[in-house]
Amino acid sequence: MMDELSNSPTIALKAAAATPDRVARRLQGLSDRTLAWLFISPTVLLLLAINIFPLFWTVYLSFTNYRANRPNAPLRWFGAEWYHRILSDPDIWAAMQVTARFVVATIVIETVLGFALAWLIDKKFRGHGFWTTMILLPMMLSPAVVGNFWKFLYQPQIGLFNYAISFLTGVDPSSFQMLGDVSLSPWAIVIVDVWMWTPYVMLICLAGLRSIPDYLYEAAEVDRASSWRQFCSITLPMALPFIMLAVLFRGIENFKMFDMVNLLTGGGPGSTTEVASITLKRQAFEAWRTGYSSAFAVILFVAVFGLANIYVKALNRVKSR
Amino acid sequence: MRTMRACLAAALTAAGFFGAGISGAAAQDKQITLCWAAWDPANALVELSKDFTAKTGIQMKFEFVPWTNFADRFLNELNSHGKLCDLMIGDSQWIGGAAENGNYVKLNDFFEKEGISMDNFMPATVLGYSEWPKNTPNYWALPAMGDAEGWTYRKDWFSRPELKAEFKKQYGRELAVPKTLDELTDIAKFFQGREIDGKKVYGAAIFTERGSEGITMGVSNFLYPYGFKYEDPKKPYHMDGFVNSADSVKGLEAYKKLYDCCTPPGHSNAYMQEDLDAFKSGQVALQMNWFAFFPGLYKDPNVGGDKIGFFVNPGEKTVGSQLGGQGISVVAYSDHKEEALQYIKWFASDAVQKKWWQLGGYSCAKSVLNDPNFPSTAPFAADFLKAMGQVIDFWAEPSYAQLLQAEQKRVHDYVVAGQGTAQEALDGLVKDWTEVFQEDGKL
Repeated sequence: MMDELSNSPTIALKAAAATPDRVARRLQGLSDRTLAWLFISPTVLLLLAINIFPLFWTVYLSFTNYRANRPNAPLRWFGAEWYHRILSDPDIWAAMQVTARFVVATIVIETVLGFALAWLIDKKFRGHGFWTTMILLPMMLSPAVVGNFWKFLYQPQIGLFNYAISFLTGVDPSSFQMLGDVSLSPWAIVIVDVWMWTPYVMLICLAGLRSIPDYLYEAAEVDRASSWRQFCSITLPMALPFIMLAVLFRGIENFKMFDMVNLLTGGGPGSTTEVASITLKRQAFEAWRTGYSSAFAVILFVAVFGLANIYVKALNRVKSR
Repeated sequence: MRTMRACLAAALTAAGFFGAGISGAAAQDKQITLCWAAWDPANALVELSKDFTAKTGIQMKFEFVPWTNFADRFLNELNSHGKLCDLMIGDSQWIGGAAENGNYVKLNDFFEKEGISMDNFMPATVLGYSEWPKNTPNYWALPAMGDAEGWTYRKDWFSRPELKAEFKKQYGRELAVPKTLDELTDIAKFFQGREIDGKKVYGAAIFTERGSEGITMGVSNFLYPYGFKYEDPKKPYHMDGFVNSADSVKGLEAYKKLYDCCTPPGHSNAYMQEDLDAFKSGQVALQMNWFAFFPGLYKDPNVGGDKIGFFVNPGEKTVGSQLGGQGISVVAYSDHKEEALQYIKWFASDAVQKKWWQLGGYSCAKSVLNDPNFPSTAPFAADFLKAMGQVIDFWAEPSYAQLLQAEQKRVHDYVVAGQGTAQEALDGLVKDWTEVFQEDGKL
């Protein structure tokens, strides 16, 4: 962007022409590069203030015993002590496992369902526009609203979900509790996430399917390729970069999932659904272990950043094929 | 010249009006903000505080936050040295942290100057709400709202002849207010799944909430009567053999037994509001909750009046009830400390304390509680007095939040999620708490 600006003097001239004379005279003395910096500096300053500085400050705090609720207490340098404790803490590993299971389960289900829905919608049947809008509705809702109304749906005595299961299977609706049962509560959260975010995956997959040129299918028809062969040789490979992009977005989002879990189960029963972000919030804003939670946040950031980078490289390889 | 003079006069008149306006506005602007939880007693306090405004001209503003977010919201406010609250009715466990971190104003000099004596308040409330360090005459709050965990029951169900007869046949005793926690569990079991007036009902609504403090408060009501102690009385902060004693294990097992056998479906994350909902909707025979809610429950058109009864937490090996309630403190970062102190002075007076109780607040003043007529002033008053005589509080250390979080996790893992044994849960708790005190340099 910067090089582009410095190589095109006309941009500055055009800008100068559109400004009042006095301002224009001042601007004429500036180089294109300076002008470019002038334009982007507010954004850069804002980013530095609200993103970069807190990041470095967090890293600094992660090496200390700082507690936000005791700002006057003497600050001690802890070195890598918190990192050592976190990485050897079985509770933290349990939370990471819960997070990993949640991320994998939701991504697999959302990708399969999202792609299937996109494939169906792409068929352009009668009323497909209406159904597309209907399918997209859940993702337009606020997670707070979704969390609260699913909590009611899962209520064992009055919840519609339990009644629907009861209707289909014949079991007593109050004989099982989706949010209070150790084996069911992780699935309760997965169901809500899938319900809410499958449309998002569908939307990205639909963009991928619509970008496939028709002539490829026409050529395949001429070669008498079966539908299955067309799907495996044209549809899937051409849509793969889009699917991978959807997986990346959902992966990052679900790795830091907080609101829905907090509203539905609060991490319970016990610690069954305590994902990493819940643990982090508890340590940071309930136990006030600022140094400890900073170290945990840094570990999570490095994990997400590292995994996302590896994934993006794989994505680029797929795209270049 | 005449015009100029007229203009000057007009200007001076306008300035005079303007000045008077400013001074009038300054008197009107005297306003203090009181922060507390959003619940029934807070409404009573709003009503009571109208008298303060009438007497002093100081306007009152209130910031009430639901209990589940109460600690998060206001501890954040204190820790960030916020000026939102001039007066804080903070939880009893906050007192250590608030005192050591300089969030509250120390009130000793003020009490002395104004002739407010802590001897005028019930000793348990002074210890629980005002003192830090505990058992020393250092006061950071005035006892404001006495509270403890108690029980309500469906008096109308208990008095049905057919149920009484069946209970007697089954358990060999009368269906009456339980004297022990074991008896309480029997009653809950008796009602669990029973059909009453064509509706399926359940045994007991108890505290199981995971996010804030719910399950710890509930479990404590069982642990104390079974003989749980927070530490070795002779060796502070040494907990092994006390927190995880055989008696404590029995108490925790008893709570799990009650949870497993006798709670309504979906009661795995319930605190005050969920228990109130279960009781008010006629689902349960017994309800664990704070005395603070009892006036409202007694007035309830569906389950109140003759249909409801109250009792203090039953004993087992000994007696004990979880302390609730709060003291009122002046926030150190307030710009209106003088006005806030005026409020405390006004609130401490006997007449205001008496009206506080009449409106639905729980006074901690001896002048109210030691009045011979007090037990007959409300159907739950006598039990409240009994409860205040047997209360025990959770740690009030500056690290209380960390200590609370550890217990929330350990007991919820065991009671609700059914992971491990009671002994393992309490051994784990000793380990967690020891680490906290080691971090604090107290061990």
